[in-house]
Order: sequence, then C-alpha cells, then structure tokens
Amino acid sequence: MRREGSPWRGVGVVTLKELSDHLTSARMRVLEWLVVLIALAALYGAIQQIRDVTAEDPFLLLRLFTTSREPLPSFVSFLSFLVPLIAIGLGFDAVNGEHNRRTLSRILSQPIYRDALLFGKFIAGLFTLSISLIALWLLVIGLGMFLLGVPPSGEEMARAFIFLLVTIAYAGVWLALALLFSIVFRSAATAALVTLGLWLFLTLIWPALAPAIVAAVAPTRDEESLILAAQYLSRLSPSTMFGEAMLAILNPSTRTLGPIYLSQLQGAVIGAPLPLGDSLIIAWPQIVGLVAGTILLFVTGYIVFQRQEVRA
Amino acid sequence: MTDNVIEAVNLTKRYSGVTVVNGITFSVARGEIFGVLGPNGSGKTTTILMMLGLTDVSDGQVRVLGRNPAREPLEVKRWVGYMPDQVGFYDNLSAGDNLRYTARLIGLERLEREEKIRLALEHVGLPEVIDKPVQTFSRGMRQRLALAEILMKDAQIAILDEPTSGLDPQATLELLDAIRALKHRGVSVLLSSHLLERVQSICDRVALFSDGNIVLMGTVAELGRQVLGGGFHVEVEAEGQGLAAALRNVPGVSSVEETPPNRLRMISDRDVRPEAAVAVVGAGGRLRRLSVDEPSLEAIYTRYFQTSPVPTQGGRHAA
Repeated sequence: MRREGSPWRGVGVVTLKELSDHLTSARMRVLEWLVVLIALAALYGAIQQIRDVTAEDPFLLLRLFTTSREPLPSFVSFLSFLVPLIAIGLGFDAVNGEHNRRTLSRILSQPIYRDALLFGKFIAGLFTLSISLIALWLLVIGLGMFLLGVPPSGEEMARAFIFLLVTIAYAGVWLALALLFSIVFRSAATAALVTLGLWLFLTLIWPALAPAIVAAVAPTRDEESLILAAQYLSRLSPSTMFGEAMLAILNPSTRTLGPIYLSQLQGAVIGAPLPLGDSLIIAWPQIVGLVAGTILLFVTGYIVFQRQEVRA
Repeated sequence: MTDNVIEAVNLTKRYSGVTVVNGITFSVARGEIFGVLGPNGSGKTTTILMMLGLTDVSDGQVRVLGRNPAREPLEVKRWVGYMPDQVGFYDNLSAGDNLRYTARLIGLERLEREEKIRLALEHVGLPEVIDKPVQTFSRGMRQRLALAEILMKDAQIAILDEPTSGLDPQATLELLDAIRALKHRGVSVLLSSHLLERVQSICDRVALFSDGNIVLMGTVAELGRQVLGGGFHVEVEAEGQGLAAALRNVPGVSSVEETPPNRLRMISDRDVRPEAAVAVVGAGGRLRRLSVDEPSLEAIYTRYFQTSPVPTQGGRHAA
C-alpha cells in the first residue's frame, strides 16, 4: 500500500533537537576532551620524532598524522581507535532511549514518519562527529604548522582534507552500527556492550584472526592466494579498511595495499611519491567500502525499525 | 459525510498467528466521549495503535476523520492527539521546550506556536511551569502536559490510553475535568481504561473489550438494563401514610419494597423520579430524599462475565 506524505517531513526538526542534545550533553564533553588530550599527546610525540629524524621531507605535514614515537601510537592510530568510541557513545541509546523514556510513541503520533526520526538521529550524530573531527583536524594542522614552522603545500592540504572526509565516513560506519543495535536491543546497556564488544572484536581480534581462519580452511598451500584471502577477510573490519585507506592517502609513496608483484616494480622509483590521483585510486575501494558499510548498516537498522512495534 | 469521526469495521489484528483484536466494529461520533474498557491485554492499545497507523491492520478497516490511517498517516496524526499509556517527556527539557519540539514537528509557525503553547498550558492549569524541566513533574502534571500537547495541536480527536492509571484521586479528578473540557471544545474523545468506575462518570458510550472482542457496547444505562436486567433502582425517603401504594401506581414501576424507617426502594423500567415525587406529594407525604442508582460498570462487567461465557467470535453488541 502506498502511503502519502513526505518521509522527509520533520527530519530537520528532529536533527536540530538531537544536535542540541548532543552538543549540550555531558557525554559529548567528556569524549571531546578525551580526543583533544590524546591528539595533543600524539602530536607531541610526532613532532619530537620528526625533529629528531627528518631532515628534508616534502610531506612534512602528513608525517604529523602518521609518525609515532614510543610508547604513543600515531595520530591516525589513535583516531582509528577513538572515533568508533565517540560514534558508539553518541548512538548506542538513540532509539531505545526514546523507548525507555516512553517518548517514542508520543513522538511517532505526531505527523511524521518513522523515517524522519531515524534519519534525523543519524544526521545529527554524524554532524556532531564531523564538528568534533573538523575542530580536531584544524587544531592539529594549526599546531603542526606553528611548531614545525613549515607551511604545507597544496597537495598536502588536499591529502589532509581527504583524510578528514574518510575519517568522517569511518565514523559513519560505527554510528550506523550503534544505531542499529540501539534499535535491536531494548536495553541501552545491552546495546552499548554489544556494540563495544563488536568494536573490540573487529579492531583488535579480527585482523589477527583472519589469517588464522584462512590457514585453517584454505584448500591450497599457495602463498599468494593465502595472503590475498586473509587480506580480503580482514577487510570486513572497518578499522582495517580505514587503516589501509589512510596508508595510501597519507603516505604518498604507497604503491599498493596488497602484496607487491615484480611487474609492479618495473620501472618504478622505489620510495618516490605518487600523485594524489593515483593514491586516491589505490585507496578508492576502501573509501567506497566504508561508505557502503555505513549505508548497509543504516538500511538494516531502518528496516528493523519500520517493522518494530512501537508499543512499550 | 457522516458525523462519525472514527469508524472501524471488522477490525482485526494478528501477531504471528495470534489474534489480538478480533473483528471489532464500532464508531465514535463527533463530540462524544467514548470509553474503551477492559482488562489489560484485551486489545485496547492495539486498537488505538491501528487507528493511528502505528501498527498494521491485519483485516477489516478503520477510518479516522474519513481517512485511512495506514495510507494517510500524516493527515490522520495531524488532527488526532494521542496520550500513550505512561506518557513520557524529555526530562532534561522544560515543559515549554517539550511542547515546542512537538509543535515544530506538527509544523506550527513560531508566533502561533508560542501563543498556543501558552494557552494550552494555562488551560490544563500548568502556566507557571513552562520553564521548569519536566524531571521535576509529578505523574499527574505529566498527564496534564500531555493533554496540553493535544490542545496545542487543535486535535479533533483525542485518544487517551489509560489516562488515569497511577494517579491519586485528586489528580484523577483534575484530569477527568480536563477531559470534559476537551469535549466542550468539540473534541471527540476516545479513552481506554481498566478502571471502570473512574471513567464511568464521563463516558457517553462505552465498549467493553474482552480478549480482542467488543462484548458490550452502548451507554452505561443501556448496558445496565441489558445485563443487570432489573432496570432502574429508585430510592425514596419520605414520611407519610400509604406511600407504597401510591408509588405502585406510578406507570413503569414494577415493584416497591418498604424498608423502615421511611424508605422505599422501587424498581422501574426507566428513571421515574419526577413521577415518584408527584406521587409522594400527592399522597400527602413529606419527601426527604429521592435518588436513582446508576448501574455501575463494575457491576455490569462482573455480572456479564459471570453469566455468559466469553464469546469466541464476533461479540454481542448492546447498541
């Protein structure tokens, strides 16, 4: 049966309300401080390291993101770890919270579709994440320029900007996942635990588990296909995809993300940077994968939400 | 165009094979207070959700304000106010902000919005708490805030699910007054409850639900006559001689029973208080008190389920 009226009605209102909730919540403030402090720590480590070892590097600014100094990981590693945490923190009680506060049926009895509520919540979450990430990004670049005293080139800025966009897409995956579990589980605590558990599994355990699974079940002993299969399998984890995309974007000398074949090395100048377009082509499948994962998870949540009974 | 704001025909809801609402047929007229009564789990809330288009209809159909809620939910929900069972608000927001959010969802313009919110809160007796966060509100205040939301919306139909549950007697009275006020504004009210005696006083008509069927429907008096059978019980307290005989002659009276001192109970087929007064005075008696026992829903309900087994199909309709 066709329903009448726009599913977009009320999206803006819901988005604005959710956004103001997010930006004023204590939860958000804690997460922001966490990110800022850790970013500063990573930046400090990176700058120390760069000052010590790098004499001339055309991509000095990008080194800020990728260089680490023991015992601290690099800025990118920190982000790949912390962005999911913020996204889950923003999304784990999005829908079940409305259930538990008994506001869901009251809101849905207003002239809007359920679509508007879900879209609004997702957009508001992603917008909040984007604001934090952009602020963080500007902070790091600004501090980097100030402390290193080297102005960035146009290409560096372009790569840094793509890095920002991919990070937002990466955040989207986790936000959509948190939103999905907030629809599936009535209890916010269960939803948070399941999402965090899945995050830990995908980020820490899966990259190590994938080669083991491949080795256990593979019918072949062919080294090359084993490595490739393990790589494909490990890409089920958004963290792996994000890491690979960042490697290609922030490290211009990256030529491939898989095994390197001799044919690829013919005529190549080892260590020479690729142009931005080529780096982007290398990272493109990962970037598309992150966006597709976001859409897939969101649509799953959407379908579950449409079929759910609103009664408490 | 009929004057019924809600019309349900053979409305049915099944959850994975289990029939929760079983082919009910009823209608609510404009400006009427219609009570949907029955124990918990008898299908009241499901019926309400189907009227709002918040759950699918398995069979039959329902039309709200002449529209199909499954097909045009936005139009239906624009003009129908709904107070869910155990209504919730955003605790961190003020009463005004909660209503502002709803008003924006409805699509009211800014100026109109503020004016309507102020008037609605005044109407339910909460004008001074507009800037107070809802977390400080008592249960009764939340219920009245929900009524304010319905008023602000200019709803033509108010659907109230268990509006009085969990309220103390004072808050219940205030809420019932507020519901009566809705009726005076021309709003049709459909309210569900499992507390029979509380809502009896305000309902024009009631439908008794049991296991997804409407087993009885009509005015409380009609139901009383049908189920309790005995008709009206009129009690007269008067001093004088031969009053019993005089009252027996009143048309419609089937029996008079004298209980000293000076009390007469009579059973009649209608409300014979005016005629009884005339008869008493005509016989030279001094009339002290004249009252009629309204049949109580509680009694009707209990009696109904004592005497007849729960029907499995269709259901009996009293009106």
